[in-house]
Amino acid sequence: MDFIFIAQQSFSAALGVNTIIFALAAIGLNMHFGYTGLLNFGQAGFLAVGAYSVATLVVSFNFPLWAALLAGILNSVILALLLGLPTLRLRADYLAIVTIAAAEIIRQIARSATFNKYLGGSDGITGKFGKDFFDLNPFKDGLDTPFLRYNGNDLWVVVTGWALVIVVLFVMWLLVRSPWGRVLKAIREDEEAVRSLGKNVYLYKMQSLIIGGIVGSFAGFVYALSRQSVQPDNYGTALTFFAYTVLILGGAARVFAPIAGSIIFWFLLVFIEQMLRQAVGAGYIPEWLIGVNQVGQIRFMLVGLGLMMLMIFRPQGIFGDRKELALDARA
Amino acid sequence: MPAPSQNTSRRDIALAALAGITPTPGVSKPDPIIVADHVVRKFGGLTAVNVSHLEIQRGAITALIGPNGAGKTTFFNLLTGFDQVDEGSWSFNGVKISGTPPHKVARMGMVRTFQLTKALYRLTVIDNMRLAATKQKGESILRAALPFLWNDQEKAATARSEELLTRFKLIDKRDDFAAALSGGQRKLLEMARALMVEPELVMLDEPMAGVNPALKQSLLGHIKDLREDGMTVLFVEHDMDMVRDISDWVIVMAQGVIVAEGPPNIVMRDKAVIDAYLGAHHDSTLEQDRG
Repeated sequence: MDFIFIAQQSFSAALGVNTIIFALAAIGLNMHFGYTGLLNFGQAGFLAVGAYSVATLVVSFNFPLWAALLAGILNSVILALLLGLPTLRLRADYLAIVTIAAAEIIRQIARSATFNKYLGGSDGITGKFGKDFFDLNPFKDGLDTPFLRYNGNDLWVVVTGWALVIVVLFVMWLLVRSPWGRVLKAIREDEEAVRSLGKNVYLYKMQSLIIGGIVGSFAGFVYALSRQSVQPDNYGTALTFFAYTVLILGGAARVFAPIAGSIIFWFLLVFIEQMLRQAVGAGYIPEWLIGVNQVGQIRFMLVGLGLMMLMIFRPQGIFGDRKELALDARA
Repeated sequence: MPAPSQNTSRRDIALAALAGITPTPGVSKPDPIIVADHVVRKFGGLTAVNVSHLEIQRGAITALIGPNGAGKTTFFNLLTGFDQVDEGSWSFNGVKISGTPPHKVARMGMVRTFQLTKALYRLTVIDNMRLAATKQKGESILRAALPFLWNDQEKAATARSEELLTRFKLIDKRDDFAAALSGGQRKLLEMARALMVEPELVMLDEPMAGVNPALKQSLLGHIKDLREDGMTVLFVEHDMDMVRDISDWVIVMAQGVIVAEGPPNIVMRDKAVIDAYLGAHHDSTLEQDRG
């Protein structure tokens, strides 16, 4: 078995493009779910809006990339308003239903034959819409070390992606420790009490939904640019639930949780896959038990098992406080 | 209100103001802070509240009593904007506030507590208090990320919170999660938190429910202090001893209607009240049902 290769693949994944995408998606969810208690099950919709805004506007409408990015942010704000206006006055479960449906509607529209000309149907859009971005790349040669290995384009995405994550996280940190953040946490605990103290709960929930949605669209930008293509089925419900997994793995309502959760999630996924693949290839695991073609599925089973163990033995996540979690059981 | 001289407490002033009033339902008061007219709330076929006229005297402690299901809490919810009426209107300080959303009602100086205490569990005690401070600059999303704009205000809010926590004997719990408090302490916290809003009218929904006898005495003292500090208090309660002890005026509801009002000693002898509510047990403490 080639352990150097396994380590290289695993560490590259741990700091790689997917980790950045899911960290950003989970940072948005942390604002919604972790701090405000909003059950947004449609985070994939915000990613899709971000990704498709970039791809469609550049490829089909010849927008410059920077304008397409701005439009993507604007579109995610519009989506948040559409979702929030009818549901945020209602009980929390209504938002969950509406968001999960909205994300599916967005995916189905993207796949539909009707808008094939602009959105590319089920094939999505592939093109050089990231050209403006990759033209700026100073690391054309990529990186090749025993632990980290990226090609030129990936390295540029990784560097700018982490810079983006750090900036977003810093702003989040400032926001959640402010009196504004305190109102959000109070809403999570009991919104009627917050109303009785003179705070406009609806307004705060809307602001939280918009901010978390914008961060979700950032994840969509990275998704689209890193692959130079968008495909509707990448933005299904599985993406939302992986983002929740990442968030809860790190510990909800902790600023650094999404990053830690995402790194661990992608490290484990790639590490287990590479281990299995090599073990099967070298004959340590007999062919009748696990075939080479089954490794892809089995890694998800094993990661799922690992996550179940984590929830049993450390339900508060990596950064969470068990004492705080116990308080959830209302006296 | 004139400031009390050394010998006259606010209690004396309130009692003097209410002294000559005929104890009949809907009677007008010399200086009402709340005036309600024809307030009707129906749940399907059931008329939960049907109050034709009611005035609450400023600066006094008024108790709202009645058997379970009389519509007391519903009436509270209506007045504070937490529920919508089918008919009727009411005013606070002469300003019509029917239809006003609850957060605006609170900002006008009419703050309530809840029957089932709403401590914000995963916030610390001090954060529960600071949250309630009014007009906070740092609560605007545009200023939240710029701490230098709101740090001074936050310090002032913290100082005021600590002062109130000291008064309510919760200062030792300052940095504990609110969930770690006992039921009675949560009641105290909720009352202290309401005071952070600097209300004119404090509305307490069953402040004594689930509070042990030792803490009850101190809660009673705190409620009396509210009046001495110039606030008006309206509270719902089942505990008759408490009602007798601290209220200047008692309003009795039964089946959504106000059946009697007057000073506690007179109301408790009222035939309508005994029939509607007290029954044979009017001399003993009633059970503290949560209704």
